[in-house]
Amino acid sequence: MQNKFTRNVFFIPYALWIALFVIAPLLLILYYSFFDIEGNFSLINYRKFFTPVYLKMTLSSFWYAFLITLISLLVAYPTAYLLTKTKHKQLWLLLIIVPSWINLLLKAYAFIGIFGTYGVANSFLEVIGIGTQQILFTDFSFIFVSVYIFIPFMILPIFNALDELNPALVYAAKDLGASGWVTFHRVIFPLTIDGVKSGCQVVFIPALSLFMLTRLIAGNRVITLGTAIEQHFLVTQDWGMGSTIAVFLVIIMFLIMLVTGKRKRGV
Amino acid sequence: MKKLVQLFMAIVIVSVVLLAIISGLNSSEGYSGDNTLTIYNWGDYIDEELLSQFEEQTGIKVIYATFDSNEAMLTKIKQGGTTYDVAVPSEYTIDQMRKEHLLIPLDHSKLPNMKYIDERFMDLPFDPENKYSIPYFWGTVGIVYNPSMLDGKRITSWADLWDEDLRNQILLIDGAREVMGMGLNSLHYSLNDTNDAHLREAKEKLDTLTPNIKAIVGDESKLLLANEEAAVGLAWSGDASEIMYENEKLDYVVPKEGSNLWFDNMVIPKTAKNVEAAHQFINFMLDPKVAAQNTEYVSYSTPNKEALKYLPEEIVKDERFYPSPALTEKLEVYENLGKQNLARYNELFLEFKMHRK
Repeated sequence: MQNKFTRNVFFIPYALWIALFVIAPLLLILYYSFFDIEGNFSLINYRKFFTPVYLKMTLSSFWYAFLITLISLLVAYPTAYLLTKTKHKQLWLLLIIVPSWINLLLKAYAFIGIFGTYGVANSFLEVIGIGTQQILFTDFSFIFVSVYIFIPFMILPIFNALDELNPALVYAAKDLGASGWVTFHRVIFPLTIDGVKSGCQVVFIPALSLFMLTRLIAGNRVITLGTAIEQHFLVTQDWGMGSTIAVFLVIIMFLIMLVTGKRKRGV
Repeated sequence: MKKLVQLFMAIVIVSVVLLAIISGLNSSEGYSGDNTLTIYNWGDYIDEELLSQFEEQTGIKVIYATFDSNEAMLTKIKQGGTTYDVAVPSEYTIDQMRKEHLLIPLDHSKLPNMKYIDERFMDLPFDPENKYSIPYFWGTVGIVYNPSMLDGKRITSWADLWDEDLRNQILLIDGAREVMGMGLNSLHYSLNDTNDAHLREAKEKLDTLTPNIKAIVGDESKLLLANEEAAVGLAWSGDASEIMYENEKLDYVVPKEGSNLWFDNMVIPKTAKNVEAAHQFINFMLDPKVAAQNTEYVSYSTPNKEALKYLPEEIVKDERFYPSPALTEKLEVYENLGKQNLARYNELFLEFKMHRK
């Protein structure tokens, strides 16, 4: 048993970390959001956020983040399921995770080459008779590359949930006469819902504020809140507006956590 | 517990060793002793032979460091720490640095070669009387295009970009001033216009260009244009000459409605330790023969009038990079419009980017 003193000592690094790197930045962002571009205290940034430009941007960020999450989930769930059935599952899992060791920028540049007019994808389309298409700088390329980048983060939690699933429950369902589909949607899916939820959180939240891919892969044809923050901080030097957008992102993310985070107990 | 302590110790030792290596590397890189000169310049923006020539002539040891954006350079100089003696920022950054007191005034008596600089490029609004800076290279913003992808069609003006034949063929730079400037110029307004009605009109004009735009990108555009990924691109003349070197089919034009004229100037930042050597270096680079050699290597446009005499005819007579006086009349230097107006430019540019096909 440890006494109260040592327990408090162990708590110090954690408390410092939270105070310095979680609470302080959040307060700073909130603080900056109340200043206009000339450094005067005002609520103008909040009024600006509710103009059509930023509302449209928020909606489109949501729409793309939603699509990215949905597609990742549709690909990741069956993949994770099959992985748990394979013989060397840790090896297969590793192979899926390896691409996430490569720098994001390098992967984005690689896709510029692959999706380009003279890239591999178009040579393939040429061979099968469809002919060269514009792939780079479209919604398709943006969503495809984002899904590719996020998929390991979706597979991991789902894989863990499926792996921990007691196979006896599945056999029991089958013994009781449940069909494959019924077993899946009454037994397997509800028991792995926590994995699905954390997977969705890990993908949806960063997808909301993607900014580099919007330029490299979507050629700024897709504008997300992340793009706007980047521009306000680096180009306009309007830290107030950038912070205001960040404040809304934080609020939105908090709400998402609240909605998807319920029913955490059980299993 | 014992294992944990060992692990901690190992991490601490590794950190200390790494720290020692880093500080060792730093001091060997940015070391400024008695007679050394640290130059901070854009990447691949000087003929390195000239550096050794300068070292031989003066006995000053040159340390050469590079940056890839004005913002990155500004941050480093603001931080201090490294002793940069000469830096080469662009004009709008010089204006900012001047106002933030990050520059040391030049002693013109130590720069006799200043007289070789073309008067057109002296005493400009971003640095009145050249108190802090001397032009190094200059250039324009224009259109790089690939005639062979356009059935031999020639582009001569901003208005040509709105041609229906260019559907999905144009790459723009991700810069508010450049793109808004293009809209303003195509309406024959000034690049530095701050009239809200004019800006709005320019933004609406740009919206109608959307079907022709393939993407709005950063430095990647050089690669994309050289690889014939798109037929037309907005570009700085320096980048243009670089792309044209990669792909000889490309051509560059400064649109006849007018465009932007930019400068990279030599300055002595506040971080300088060897101000004497910095003046010597700036004067050395202004020597006509040196400037000519440098221009041949870098292939940007030199502001040095005398240097033109030492350059081959085909460089000096190339109107794409040394535009005729009539066209130069129409070129404008970006003025520092102040935060409020710059924010307006950026807002409209953001709205334009959100305009869907």
